[in-house]
Amino acid sequence: MTNRVPPEATYLDAATAAPLHPVARQALLAALADGWADPSRLYAQARRARQLIDAARAAVAASLGVRPEEVTFTAGGTQAAQAAVLGGLAGRVRAGATLVHSAIEHSAVLHAAEAHVAHGGAAVPVPVDHLGRLDLDAWRAAVAAPGVALAALISASHEVGTAQPLVDAAAACAAAGVPLYTDAAPSVGWVDVPAGWSVLSASARKWGGPPGVGVLVVRTGTRWTQPWPALGVEPAAPDLPAVVAAAAALRAATAEAAEQAGRLRALVELIRGTVAATVPDVEVVGDPVDRLPHVVTFSCLYVDGEALLHALDRRGFAVSSGSSCTSSTLRPSHVLEAMGVLSHGNVRVSLHRDTTREQVERFLAELPGIVAALRSEAGVVGL
Amino acid sequence: MTRPTEVLDCLGQRCPLPVIALARRLPELPPGAVLRVLADDPAAANDIPAWCRLRGQEYVGTATVDGSPAFDVRRA
Repeated sequence: MTNRVPPEATYLDAATAAPLHPVARQALLAALADGWADPSRLYAQARRARQLIDAARAAVAASLGVRPEEVTFTAGGTQAAQAAVLGGLAGRVRAGATLVHSAIEHSAVLHAAEAHVAHGGAAVPVPVDHLGRLDLDAWRAAVAAPGVALAALISASHEVGTAQPLVDAAAACAAAGVPLYTDAAPSVGWVDVPAGWSVLSASARKWGGPPGVGVLVVRTGTRWTQPWPALGVEPAAPDLPAVVAAAAALRAATAEAAEQAGRLRALVELIRGTVAATVPDVEVVGDPVDRLPHVVTFSCLYVDGEALLHALDRRGFAVSSGSSCTSSTLRPSHVLEAMGVLSHGNVRVSLHRDTTREQVERFLAELPGIVAALRSEAGVVGL
Repeated sequence: MTRPTEVLDCLGQRCPLPVIALARRLPELPPGAVLRVLADDPAAANDIPAWCRLRGQEYVGTATVDGSPAFDVRRA
């Protein structure tokens, strides 16, 4: 393997981190010049920093359709998600100690759930179907049970793209008097997130902002308590240039979202159809229609996921995988497990504003040969 | 628990090797025969039933044999 990125490299892992939006790059450089001071101090540089963070907060609030005072910047999406869960549970201790969550939440949410259980709380996972969509009947029953403090539902699966029934899930929560937290990191900047939630988190690097900026939104009137021994979840001295860049990127991504969604949806459709037609023994997973516009996932029977990722990387394609051999824990993706679909030979392709049809066509032209070569090496052709 | 016709020892093998071993051996058995796959890779519990669904074979269930996970598949 080489560490040099070849010029023809095709980056198809936007669901991990989208390339920095050009608007974010400009904003980042401008804010590095005059947005470095601590915004809480009492001098001109601090007032300038305060002005920048206020403007960033207002821009993010406008993009999300919420009030600026409901928006908190965190040091990343994971921190925002964990503050959402732990703060939501802490704010409702008198209602109970149970967290209801879908089985396909991001690991950031599941780790917060584990921490909650380790401290004596309870967590109730709700299953999904083969397409990766929440079982609404099970969800309704789970949130209506006594002692539920908070319910967590990801807006759409970050691994397979299936949109979640947020509106119906929120209605069930409202009927039970339970606040809904949605991890909207897969959707924000790409598609609208339906209303009905009380707490939301997102991650700037998913929409073309820089890494290390998360957003936590707590709607006014929600019982949510600061979960950590600090003055607030928002750092006292935030990475202001990154926050400013994140807000600029979100505004730009939101403005382009409808156009990009139309274009990328057609490319995802092309990938789904072509992979199923040209690669033997492949399972294209996730809902074929009700899904994120830019994420597509498939599993190739008898193929080692790590070998497939490396082979694609050698041809200049950057993708990710939910296969166990590609994870640090050597466990298969809990999302693929919850869906009951093949976890080995798994590839997630996620597109972005710079992805061209030519890149996708080149990927589709090379994939069948790459898979065939790996199967031939493993001696599994014709099995 | 069904009495298996044959046992395939895939302990210590990483996925997808246990699934490949199953796919190689099962068609050689007569219809109705039950092949038991011993596999401790964490992906096997998911991928063996998924393979059965894709290949139209019957996933019978799981058991623990001498402390190891075992998966039974009946040839259709």
